[in-house]
Amino acid sequence: MSDALFWHRLHFGFTVTYHYLFPQLTMGLSLLILIFKWRAFRKGSALHDEAARFWARIFGVAFAMGVVTGIPLEFQFGTNWSRFSQFAGGVIGQTLAMEGMFAFFLESTFLGIFLYGEKRFGPRMHLASAAALWAGAWLSGYFIIATNAFMQNPVGHAIGPDGRLQLADFWAFVLNPWAIWQYLHNMTASVVTASFVVAGVGALWSLSGRHPEHARLALRTGVVSGLIASCLLVFPTGDRHGKLLAEKQPATLAAMEGLFETRPDAELAIIGQPNVHERRLENPIVVPGMLSFLVYGSFGSTVTGLDRIPEDQWPDNIELLYYAYHVMAGLGTLFIGLLALAAFQLWRGRLERSRPVLWALMLAIPFPYIATSAGWMTAELGRQPWLVYGLMRTADGTSPRVSVGNTLFTLLGFAGLYLVMGILFLYLVGREVAHGPGAPHAQVLPAGAQRPAEEAA
Amino acid sequence: MEALWFAIVAGMLAVYVVLDGFDFGAGFLHLLVARTDAERRSVLAAIGPVWDGNEVWLIAGGGALFMAFPVAYAVGFSGFYLPLMLLLWVLILRGLSIELRSHVSDPLWAAFWDATFALGSTLIAIVLGAALGNVLRGVPLDSSGTFHVSLFDSFWPSARSGVLDAYTVLVGVFTLLALGGHGGLYLAIKTDERVHTRSLRAARLLWVCAGALFPLVTWATTRVAPELPATAAHRPLVWILVVLLVASASALVLGLVRGNPALGFAGSAGTLFTLLGTGAAARWPVLLRSNLAPSLSLDAFAAATTHHGLRVALSWTLVGLPLACGYFVFLARAFRGKVRLETPAHAAEHGSPRDTGP
Repeated sequence: MSDALFWHRLHFGFTVTYHYLFPQLTMGLSLLILIFKWRAFRKGSALHDEAARFWARIFGVAFAMGVVTGIPLEFQFGTNWSRFSQFAGGVIGQTLAMEGMFAFFLESTFLGIFLYGEKRFGPRMHLASAAALWAGAWLSGYFIIATNAFMQNPVGHAIGPDGRLQLADFWAFVLNPWAIWQYLHNMTASVVTASFVVAGVGALWSLSGRHPEHARLALRTGVVSGLIASCLLVFPTGDRHGKLLAEKQPATLAAMEGLFETRPDAELAIIGQPNVHERRLENPIVVPGMLSFLVYGSFGSTVTGLDRIPEDQWPDNIELLYYAYHVMAGLGTLFIGLLALAAFQLWRGRLERSRPVLWALMLAIPFPYIATSAGWMTAELGRQPWLVYGLMRTADGTSPRVSVGNTLFTLLGFAGLYLVMGILFLYLVGREVAHGPGAPHAQVLPAGAQRPAEEAA
Repeated sequence: MEALWFAIVAGMLAVYVVLDGFDFGAGFLHLLVARTDAERRSVLAAIGPVWDGNEVWLIAGGGALFMAFPVAYAVGFSGFYLPLMLLLWVLILRGLSIELRSHVSDPLWAAFWDATFALGSTLIAIVLGAALGNVLRGVPLDSSGTFHVSLFDSFWPSARSGVLDAYTVLVGVFTLLALGGHGGLYLAIKTDERVHTRSLRAARLLWVCAGALFPLVTWATTRVAPELPATAAHRPLVWILVVLLVASASALVLGLVRGNPALGFAGSAGTLFTLLGTGAAARWPVLLRSNLAPSLSLDAFAAATTHHGLRVALSWTLVGLPLACGYFVFLARAFRGKVRLETPAHAAEHGSPRDTGP
């Protein structure tokens, strides 16, 4: 109970993981909505327009949840991690401030136009606002990932005479190679999440025999975009990310893979439990040489194991890191399998009659969320014991004047509030899905249903 | 360079107060000026498309503070730990109330979110004012360069005062009255008929109360921060801002007397902005005033990042800030004019509830 560091970490870990449940849907969905809008605009298809409107209603709820759970995170840098903010603020403050200036203003402006202005501004403007919304959402993703990438692989900085970090090379910092691959990996994952949600809802409608045309469109869109994005997740984005890990964070790679021993011909563990105490993998099922091949392109290459790394630089929770990574990678592989099967049935024109595949698609909705959360746990647990890799340890970044009790109290407060919000979200989205596309059921009009006086006359 | 960034950060936060201020004010008046469901929907429709963008000024201003003065951000935010967390929870509930109310057509659902919206907005307006009070009064910043402040301790301002004391509560109440008047004028512009009349009446009453309280607030500020008037008197910028403040306040009074909400709103926006600007200009270069000893205060030079970092940030701010202002003008023009609700029957013919009228 008295371990301040633990509670600060759980505090941030919980609020950021919960927050990210919403942006991963809205970032991916903004792209799919843009595709629907584009098809509707080009072909004049009422079906695509109706689909865009339906997903915009889901988008609106998820976006609101994402905004309100996102604000605390910026505050928490100062409230819970004040020594980190003092140390690194001169560098990461740049990207955090740019996110507000370049992404959030764009996003919030065109959200208003997109949600409230279809009739008022016409189809061309509505399509443009969907595009601007997508651009804003994906831009904000880049700025926040560039911030995280600096913590993973600090570049473009110098250490000042006062011991604080300062900006030395802006472009090196913003175009950190880590940021670019992590960003592409993360954004394709957000498309996977949104695709599974769209395909899963399509499967639900198809299984229950409702909205057949919309079910078909949702299945087709979700399965195709999901399959493309799932493949991109593995190659090139995941592959390149792994190679960067081997280069910049060998301790992280060794711990993720449960590689205790440095060796050529390093094996890839498919299943197994790390026993850190005895420094071995229990009940392993492995592919010999595969890890060497994946990292260096040849089966004989030597991969650094944990034995070559001083113990005080090991990630502090190797077991959790190992499981998180294996959950992410395992689920990613299953996604490709399921979506390839669904795509095959789609190609044969039999997807809507393949009830087992439809059931699997419908029940798969939670799993991309689990995979992305596990992926971020891999990144963040893998970075330990560093807060800024090689420069500041996590234990040195907390706020010295914030008591453990206050941290725990506010953590519980967030947990309670977020539970209620989760219930609200599922209730509202469940209602929309149950009602389906077409005319909305709410008799009460939303906040923006308005028109100017001069036009009303 | 530090002075320029002090001005940019203060300016962005002042713009935040002016913009989000009118929707907090609208929330404070929500249950009072709008009685029926249609009237309440018109209040929400008036702020619906803009409130999220307004709140981005807080995020962007906070980001700029973090970038330019990381030490102040770190010391200030960790020192105000509990009040900031409570503020965050209220901000979350209020944001949800605006967005979720329209999703279910049930009178109980609407009534719940209406009350959450009004209560949340009112509390935030008071807390923003109290936060300003804390910045003006100072905090127990000690020789370790950090501080911790309780929620309330000694009620009369002293080195032992918590976040809430007589002075900060006074500033909080003043802020509520002023933002209420500000929001009333905004609603008077955007609505018609009864909501318009009631909002204008409320704006008059609240601004009269705020005006009556202003001398007391000014006097109390010179008591808790006695060095302010002396430093302020030597600064030309302060005098320029005071002149602009008087001009804005005159426009506000004229707008209220003539029943011209557009003039009044411009005046009240100018009044709020110049009032905050005057405070910031008088306070330069101190970011966090220590109420233990003046020498322990944290100033902009000690809190800032390097000149190189500030210069780089200035170059992208010169692109980003005009863009942000451009979006704002575009959005305001796009949704100009009075809010007019469609009847449900009318809306049913038009498909999506998000669509506006023909």
